Amino acid sequence: MSTDANPIADPALASSRPGRRPAIPLVVRLAGLSLKVSRRTLGAGAAVAIAVVAAALYQLTIGEYAIALGEMLDAALGRGREDFAFVLRGIRLPRVLVALGVGLALAMSGAIFQGMVRNPLVSPDIIGINAGASVVAVFLIVTGSRSAVIPAAAFVGAVVTAFVIYALTWRKGIAGNRLVLVGIGVNAILTSLVTLITVRYPVQQVSEAVLWLSGSLHGRQWTHAVPLAGSLLVLVPAALVLSRQLKALQLGDDAARGLGARAELVRSLLILVGAGLAATAVAAAGPVGFVALMTPHIARMIAGPLTGGVLVLSGLLGAVLVVVSDIIAVSAFAPITLPVGVVTAAVGAPYFLYLLVRSDRVTS
Amino acid sequence: MTATAQAPTGNLAEGSLTPSTRSGWRWAGLLLAIGVLLLTVAGSLRVGSVGLELGTVVDALVRPDMSLNEHIIVRGLRLPRTLVGVGVGAALAVAGGVMQGLTRNPLADPSILGINAGAAFAVVTAVFLLGVVSPFGYVWFAFGGAAGGAILVYVVASLGRGRATPVRLVLAGAVLTALFTSWITALLVLSQSTLDQVRFWLAGSLSGRDMEIFSIVLPFLLVGVVLALLIGKELNALSLGEDVARSLGQRIGLVRGVGATVVVLLAGGSVAAAGPIGFVGLAVPHIVRAAVGPDYRWILAYCAAVGPILVLVADTLGRVIAPPGEVQVGVITAIVGAPFLIQLARGRRVGGL
Repeated sequence: MSTDANPIADPALASSRPGRRPAIPLVVRLAGLSLKVSRRTLGAGAAVAIAVVAAALYQLTIGEYAIALGEMLDAALGRGREDFAFVLRGIRLPRVLVALGVGLALAMSGAIFQGMVRNPLVSPDIIGINAGASVVAVFLIVTGSRSAVIPAAAFVGAVVTAFVIYALTWRKGIAGNRLVLVGIGVNAILTSLVTLITVRYPVQQVSEAVLWLSGSLHGRQWTHAVPLAGSLLVLVPAALVLSRQLKALQLGDDAARGLGARAELVRSLLILVGAGLAATAVAAAGPVGFVALMTPHIARMIAGPLTGGVLVLSGLLGAVLVVVSDIIAVSAFAPITLPVGVVTAAVGAPYFLYLLVRSDRVTS
Repeated sequence: MTATAQAPTGNLAEGSLTPSTRSGWRWAGLLLAIGVLLLTVAGSLRVGSVGLELGTVVDALVRPDMSLNEHIIVRGLRLPRTLVGVGVGAALAVAGGVMQGLTRNPLADPSILGINAGAAFAVVTAVFLLGVVSPFGYVWFAFGGAAGGAILVYVVASLGRGRATPVRLVLAGAVLTALFTSWITALLVLSQSTLDQVRFWLAGSLSGRDMEIFSIVLPFLLVGVVLALLIGKELNALSLGEDVARSLGQRIGLVRGVGATVVVLLAGGSVAAAGPIGFVGLAVPHIVRAAVGPDYRWILAYCAAVGPILVLVADTLGRVIAPPGEVQVGVITAIVGAPFLIQLARGRRVGGL
């Protein structure tokens, strides 16, 4: 970024600079957990949180047939029509919850990896974790396995891949740069195995696998939502606790090494949590694109360098992105439902490009 | 070629080797790489569903007798395929090296700047809407899509207040790639027949490529490689940072423009000839850099020799590894090349990510 001798001389330039008004960090405490959050982050987070709730409520009202919000709430409280209550509880609520959780998990995972390795192209899709899930799931789909086993198998695939990457990276410690290059190598192998499967099997089965690979919320139920929620209840607090150490790790590998074995432990735990978040999301909905790679950038363009607060903002943005995308996926070409992963980029990219064009705060 | 015996700039860090012995080793290494490349060319001409003796291959090249089946196989199938493989391998590796220098991002490769995705977008759309059926029909769509994708990325990165800095380029490339990919996925989910037709092309393959395809893309590849070798010195200065490069009297805009043209010519030409082959452009410059150091004049020259080795070895393996079918070259490049990259990352300090 260029440094002007007198930045204030150009008001257009000055107005977009971070820190033009002294930022007073607030300390948010919740259940023994405290986060320092700038006012800007807090404001953006609140706005996005409202958007998440609004989008989720709206999504409950649409589907094969529309149900007004009031009727929906009545049904939820047990005062409304039985069939509405059934649709709400059995079909729409789990789908919305899966959408929220998947967006949250992917975006936080991406933010963790980008925070740890200072490179804008790093995310769980780049370093092979999603590909690990994909190989297993695609193989099971083309060989005709029961669809019930696929989420668990995909989760195992992602976690095993993460451990392989970790083990291959470990040399008296984990250096971020090494992790990424090893991850890219592993990703290349796994992705080419997926390609191999897609050209070797009959096109009908491959077509189903492509649907999974595109990232879809079709037919997601409580069997998807419950493990997702349980996993997030463990991983999200862990991510927030660890995020306080991110700043030290961001100073670079050498500086972080100076901090000693504790930094190494934190780094390992962060990789574990980041990989776990990605694995959880991919198991529930397939590798939904764009969210993990790009949402953290959006969060940083709004609120500055990665902190615990920006991590939360990133997660909320991911959740709203996936829910809004699913609303569009269901309603844009009704009765045809698109996979949500096809829509996430279409919805998120214009906003990202708008921020990229408007802002000179491109963080790496 | 700009890579003369002149002392490389970074020799302070190179220990006791004097600049001239260092340079001598590099020339020797380059000759060795070219020797290995010739061996892989011979292997690629000999190996396949019909194995051929080297003498037969030489006969077919020198004194072709079109009444012999073996000679028809060599001249009609293996020679064009091998030439396309050499061209594509050199193009991808050099394009990757140039991109890593231009963007100062070691994760940059031709698939990042929207080039492969742009090409795939154009081809899949052409198949879906216009019913184009053969790899010959794909060539110009792929090339147009590659160029269009690159231009779009550049325009997006240049809009607004900031200039097209490396970070902006990389981000714009990644986001437009995501957009193109989501469009492709939508078409493949909607249309099973499109999926059935393009999945082999999307895997990246040299199979069935003839002299006509080679002669279409050859001029693009030649111009691209020559231009790339001419800007090696400028990339060296740029890799020290923009401010340093500017203070050394570099015209950064010009270097960027030439570099971007190089990448479009090379990556566009190779995706037109062989489909999107990933990983070569990413991995080969890293592998080469570990051997010859940070001087881009040498890196690019080595890339032009080592890229084809990787692609030809992968293609030749793919022909014999799973008979009676073939495994696409794009699949094998990753499986063969990735362990090198992983070993490299494990073996030494990898700086500057």
